[in-house]
Amino acid sequence: MSLDVDVTQRLGSFVLEAKFASQGRLTAFFGRSGSGKTSLVNIVAGVTRPDRGRIVLDGQTLVDTERGIFVPKYRRRVGYVFQEGRLLPHLTVQQNLLFGRWFTPKGERKIALDQVLDLLGIGHLLDRRPGALSGGEKQRVAIGRALLASPRLLLLDEPLAALDDSRKEEILPFIERLRDEAEVPIVYVSHSLAEVSRLATTVVVIRDGRIAAVGPPTEVLARTDLITSNGAADAGALIEASVSGQDPTFGLTALQSAAGPLQVPHLDLPIGTPMRVRVRARDVMIATVRPDGLSALNVLPGTITAIDAADSDLVELSLDCSGVRLTARLTRKSVETLRLAPGRAVFAVIKSVAFDRDALGRAPAMREPRAADVTTDDGAR
Amino acid sequence: MHDLLNLTPEEWTAVRLSIRIATVAMVASLPVGIAVAYLLARGRFPGKAILNGIVLLPLILPPVVTGYLLLLSFGRRGPIGAFLYEYFGIVFSFRWTGAALACAVMAFPLMVRSIRLSIESVDRRLEDAAGTLGANPFWVFLFVTLPLILPGIIAGMILCFAKAMGEFGATITFVSNIPGETQTLPSAIYTLTQIPGGEMAALRLTLVSIVISMLALVVSEMMARRVGQALLTE
Repeated sequence: MSLDVDVTQRLGSFVLEAKFASQGRLTAFFGRSGSGKTSLVNIVAGVTRPDRGRIVLDGQTLVDTERGIFVPKYRRRVGYVFQEGRLLPHLTVQQNLLFGRWFTPKGERKIALDQVLDLLGIGHLLDRRPGALSGGEKQRVAIGRALLASPRLLLLDEPLAALDDSRKEEILPFIERLRDEAEVPIVYVSHSLAEVSRLATTVVVIRDGRIAAVGPPTEVLARTDLITSNGAADAGALIEASVSGQDPTFGLTALQSAAGPLQVPHLDLPIGTPMRVRVRARDVMIATVRPDGLSALNVLPGTITAIDAADSDLVELSLDCSGVRLTARLTRKSVETLRLAPGRAVFAVIKSVAFDRDALGRAPAMREPRAADVTTDDGAR
Repeated sequence: MHDLLNLTPEEWTAVRLSIRIATVAMVASLPVGIAVAYLLARGRFPGKAILNGIVLLPLILPPVVTGYLLLLSFGRRGPIGAFLYEYFGIVFSFRWTGAALACAVMAFPLMVRSIRLSIESVDRRLEDAAGTLGANPFWVFLFVTLPLILPGIIAGMILCFAKAMGEFGATITFVSNIPGETQTLPSAIYTLTQIPGGEMAALRLTLVSIVISMLALVVSEMMARRVGQALLTE
């Protein structure tokens, strides 16, 4: 999939000016509330018109103000899952699900109702009306409804924003499966660093109506200058890893990454599963010698590449751990006491309990979805 | 007491005629009512205020004036009436169809107002959602807007029917008071009150009026509740 966007839209005093291109399987629009993420998605979906600009999806021009092209929303085949679900209240769940499918030409229906029910676990809801569903169920039905229209692109606008943490955890795996199994490219809008870290293959950072950065999450999300404004407490690095072993005695799972082995709380996933681990800068301790007699299970050797004293009392340290970038947030006092400086070899120490469920996501499968993975996955559960 | 329940054939005729006229007025004005309500709720066009004024006019004008205007325009020699007679053979003046027209015109503002309010309260984001699912504006209207405004449409239809059952001034001015052709319940009651000894018959027809109005109200409540239940499980 390729999505090329170059648009300007004025909404009162707010100006959205966005230019980027993405080939990602899951492109995340990341930014604070009010930064213009939803406005941008509305333009891509055709719900609103840009004042100027063009949008090209897989070679098809959806909007080109100069050439007077505007493909109306009902001909774009772009699935849109709204923040608030927007299920049709007068129809049952089944009628809602099949609504878009009905308008899809027969030859282009790529996905069957059974598949969607299975993927999203909503088979038992078919006869209910939207009013009788919980928030999490509504969002899953909304995702299913969009999928059944066999869209060329799926837009998810903060689909988890209205849900509490346990509901989020209920839906995130579905979105991971969607990204890896359903062959639909996704644009995922979120202000949550955790969600974006876990899901994205390409991150588009939006700030005050402008694109601040575009790139793979490991690069973009490690840039503290971009991320701190969006949630300083959560800023950190992403490490690609894979499941390398299980330790049933202590309920731990071993991961292998380029930076070294990691031990994290138990994950019910088969060996070899690609993972993406988020390491928050505030969870990383620095030692100048390999520590001994320490409770923390993860010690990664590395080299300091940069020290950024953005805030005078709190310092951001960038580390290179065998080619993997890590960040650590320390006090200025620690930096001075330990005489840390760029080029110095150090050890990054991370407690296993710092990896909460939020920080561990399945990495996007590299190419085609692997059927074997899926079946073993289900078997393990 | 016995007299109060036994309607004479002439009185039955007036009852049947009234129901027929009110039903025709309601059904015939419904599509136009929905279209005009939609235009007024959603449309942005020059002259919208004028259209709104024209629709509301029968509510404000004395009914006799509306009836007289209908007579001038839809009468055999009126510009519209002459045209309709010449090309389609349709006659309104002094026919029951004219009574239906008069009732429809008088009830139109009530119907439009009720439907318009319900269109304005529709969550347009639901229509956007249906649009992104591939429904063009026509299907969106049919599958989303129309079901959502159904309670308003039903209320508008009942208001229209009730107004048509009771319409007197415009009807009697436009199509007169011909028994069996244009003599509706109100004009029959009026006639009976003008002749000596007609009190009992007038009372009978009054009771019939009350019964029909109550029935219409009950039916509308039931329909609105069923639709409401379907919609408001939300």
